[in-house]
Order: sequence, then C-alpha cells, then structure tokens
Amino acid sequence: MVIKSPLSKLLVYTFLIIMSLFFLMPIYVMIITSLKPIDEVSLTQMWALPSTVSFEAYAFAFERLAPNFLNTIYLVVPATILSALFGSLNGYVLSKWKFKGSDWIFTAILFGMFIPYQSILIPMIQFLQTVGLYNTIPGLILVHVVYGIPITTLIFRNFYASVPVDLIEAARIDGAGFLSIYLKIIFPLSISGFVVVCIWQFTNIWNEFLFAVTITSTGSQPIMVALQNLSGSQIVQWNVQMAGALLAALPTLLVYIFVGKYFVRGLLAGSVKG
Amino acid sequence: MQNKKFLSDRWLAILFILPSIIVIAVFVYVFISWTGYVSFSNWNTLTPDLSFAGLQNYMFLFNDYRFQSGMRNTLFFTIFFIFGVLFMGFILATFIDSNIKQEWFFRNVFLFPMALSFVVTGVVWQWLLNPSTGVNLLFGMLGFENVPNWYTSTHIAFSFPLGSIEFGIPVAMLAVVIAAVWQMTGFSLAMYLAGLRGIPDEVKEAARMDGASEFQIYRKVIFPMLMPITISVVIIMGHMSLKIFDLIYAMTGSGANFVTDVPGVYMFETTFRANFFANGAAIAMIMLALVAVIMVPYLISARKGES
Repeated sequence: MVIKSPLSKLLVYTFLIIMSLFFLMPIYVMIITSLKPIDEVSLTQMWALPSTVSFEAYAFAFERLAPNFLNTIYLVVPATILSALFGSLNGYVLSKWKFKGSDWIFTAILFGMFIPYQSILIPMIQFLQTVGLYNTIPGLILVHVVYGIPITTLIFRNFYASVPVDLIEAARIDGAGFLSIYLKIIFPLSISGFVVVCIWQFTNIWNEFLFAVTITSTGSQPIMVALQNLSGSQIVQWNVQMAGALLAALPTLLVYIFVGKYFVRGLLAGSVKG
Repeated sequence: MQNKKFLSDRWLAILFILPSIIVIAVFVYVFISWTGYVSFSNWNTLTPDLSFAGLQNYMFLFNDYRFQSGMRNTLFFTIFFIFGVLFMGFILATFIDSNIKQEWFFRNVFLFPMALSFVVTGVVWQWLLNPSTGVNLLFGMLGFENVPNWYTSTHIAFSFPLGSIEFGIPVAMLAVVIAAVWQMTGFSLAMYLAGLRGIPDEVKEAARMDGASEFQIYRKVIFPMLMPITISVVIIMGHMSLKIFDLIYAMTGSGANFVTDVPGVYMFETTFRANFFANGAAIAMIMLALVAVIMVPYLISARKGES
C-alpha cells in the first residue's frame, strides 16, 4: 500500500504509535517495577516511576533463580547442537537422497512437531524412570532432541532444496560419495541454515515449560519452572517477580535483538510450506 | 562400477536417517499408542493398574463439569485468538508495508514478544489484567467507573444450559486472549509482510489502470493472493490454541468455576497432581484427535502441493 495523502499518513502513524505503546506496555511495567525498592511497591502506584533506582529485587531474584538459570544453560546448549546435527543429516537425505516412500516418512516425522505433548507424557515419564533419567538434565536433553527432530529436519530439508542438483551430480562424477558430498559441499553451505535452526531451537527450548515441569523436580528444574514457582508464591513481592521475569527472558530477548533476522526466518519456516 | 557405488551410497543414506526414523516411530507413534492404551485402563491410582476399563474414562470426561467447561473455553479462546492474530497481523503488516521510514522500529516492536516464553507473558499479564491494578488503574485515570474484572470474571455471556455447564462466551477467557494475541501477532505479521512483499507492483498497477478502487484491489487482488498465508496462520494458530497450557497455567490457572480451564491444564493437574493417569490419558487422546483433525489434512495437502 502506498499512502500519499497527509491525512491518511497521519492516521497510519497514529495507529502504529498507539499499537506500539500497547506492545511495549508490559516491558515498561516489568522494567520500572523491577527497579523499585520494596517499600515503593504498591498496587495503586503500578505505573509510577521509581523515586530511586534499586537493584534489591534483582539481587533477590538472581539469588533464587541462578541455579535454575544454569540448569537451563546445561540443557539448551547440548540439546540445540544435537538436534541441529540430526536435522541437518535428515534434511540432506530427504532432499538429496530421496528413496521410495521417503516423502511419506518426512510427513510422518513432521506430524511429530504438531502433537500435543500431553499425548506422550505418561509413557515418556515411565520410560525415563526405567532408564534412570527421570528428574535429570540429560533426560530433558533427550526429550528436546527427540521432539526437535521434526522442525530441524523441516528447516534443513527446505534449505537444502535450494542447493543445485548439478553440484551434487558433478561431485558424484568426480567419485565423491554420500559422506564426502555432505562434508565437502553440503555442510559448508549450511552455515546460515545452522544459524536459523540453532536460534530457533535455543529460543524454544529455553522457553519450554510442559516437559520442564513434568520431568524435573527440585534440583534440576529449568528457569521457566523456577519463575513460575516464584510468581505463584504468595510471599514474593511482585517487583521480585518482574525482575525474575526479565532475567528469565533476557537470553532470548538478546538473541532476538542481535540476530532477529534469523529468528524470523525460523518462524516462517515453521509454517511447513516455508 | 559407478552404479554399484551409487547403490551402496543409497543404502548409506538410509542408514543415516534410520536412527531418526526409529526414534520418531517409538517416541511419537508407539508412545501415542501406549497413551491410548492407558486411556482405556483403570489406572486412576498412584500404582499402575492396566486392567481394561472400556470407555469408562471417556464417558466420565464427557459428563464432567470441568472437562465440558474446558472444551467451551478452548472453543471461544480459539475463535477470538485466531481472529485477533489475523486481524492485528494483517492491519499492522499493511501499515508497515506502506513505505514508512521507521519500518525497522515498528516491525521489531510487534515481533519481539514472539521471542518470550508463555510463562513470562503469563507472569506479566497476570499483573496487567489484575482487576485491582494494571490496566484498570489507567481506565480509572481516564474516568471510567465500571472497569472490567478481566480474568477474575465468572460471567458467561450469551449463555444457555448445555450438558452440565452454562454454554456461552466465558468473559474471563478474553483476558487470556489479549495476552495471547499480544504474544503471537508477530507470527501473522511476519507471514503477511512476506506475502505482501511477494505481490508484484505490476499486478496492483494493472488493477488500478482498470479503474479498480483501493478497496476493490484489496478484495479482488490482495486478499485472494494472501489466502494460502491466511490458511497457514489459521491452522498453525488453531492447533496451538487447542494445545495451550503454559500461558494459562502461569497467568490464571483454571479459575473460579473453571472459567479459564483448558484440557491441557486439566490433563496436567489430574495426571501429575492427582494420579488419575487413565483420565489424563483420555484427555490427551481427545486433544490429539482435535489437533489431528486439522493438522493431518494440512500436512497431506502440503505434501501434494510439493510433488
């Protein structure tokens, strides 16, 4: 749409600015509340700026959440890398080494990313208890790698579809096989694919709650479970809750701020047709 | 020679994807079957009891006040949520696409909530839509006297008795819809923006030359061309809202009279807090069936559109 008249331009800007205020409102409340000293936290003064900037809420929230923050880092890093590697290999096979029925196998794998995870939780917990991984970070890593396979496979398969067949054919004539084509041609071309997939997986696993709250209890709980406990607790002041929410959101927010372009690409790829 | 190598490479390719196929077969399909099996059992105690119970768990749910409330809430949540995300995403994408200078700023303001966890969204909006603080204070400053009760309202609008519940629009659910639309508008905005940029200017120019008004261009050219995107957004958002759990668990819980309860929360609480495993499994199977009804045709049509 190209807007020419100054009046409609004014209307468009007014609308966009009002919507921006609406979208930024929660961030404003989070920041000012988290910086208030305890005695200034009152329900009726929610929108008022703090008279002095205090970090006591952050200190308290950090003390409560730091162990869980570390748990999430131990979970997110290996789970992201492993699921990206699986996705890359699967995408390579499903786009460049198609076999009879491979397209149907791809669809069957893809279905795994849309199921409500409630429908696998009971056997999953029985399984993790049997193999001794229940209530452990490695157990959660396993879960996130497994259920990350569909989305990472999808993104890499679409990504490799744009690698010209001629390139593969030429390499094959030169005597390169399945593995050397992957290592010498596909993998070096995959850098931006890996960036998209890793950012997507990092954000999703960091933010995930259902597996985290059912598979872990005290000790190995990730950050989001700890944040939920913090906000559910009656004795915790809400400036501490806001500070905690900001701390928990900070890593994915930073990822968005610095490499948001790749995040949006992952977002669009998730709609199947890419 | 060349052919023989190619053949063994084909087997190598299958060998490399086999672990993923086995893992998905077990962790998705075998596990779902096991949940289905549990849903027909008597396992409603801490210790597993897998004796056959027939349809008992499903019959219990269909007559259950809480489950019926959850289904009603999910229905209206889905409708308002999808409508909100489509509408906001389309309007914002259209305006952002109108050659404004600060495009970068506005796009990021509307997209960043996508990077947040539903738990964070729930914690913050719980305070913003708390009846005694938050947004209501702003309304008070503007002079409104009858401020909404948001998620604490127990009112069911346009209601009539159906089954064991009052069927109608649960007003409390609209507060959750606001938080969910705030978080997910970025998705449809990004999709529509990509779609609008994909429509060549010549197409619009040609319609304009033919004397079409701006409104007609939207109705006859732009809407039809964006249809596949709209369908994708409806399906992705629709299946999300059928599964919704974390936002509601963090923001409101099941609410007084279960006005904000959903099957995802019910399943979690009845299974892992009260040990009704067979009932929980039955809820999970119903959720899966609802998701499958919209996802399977979508995946098959995506598959066919490709080949």
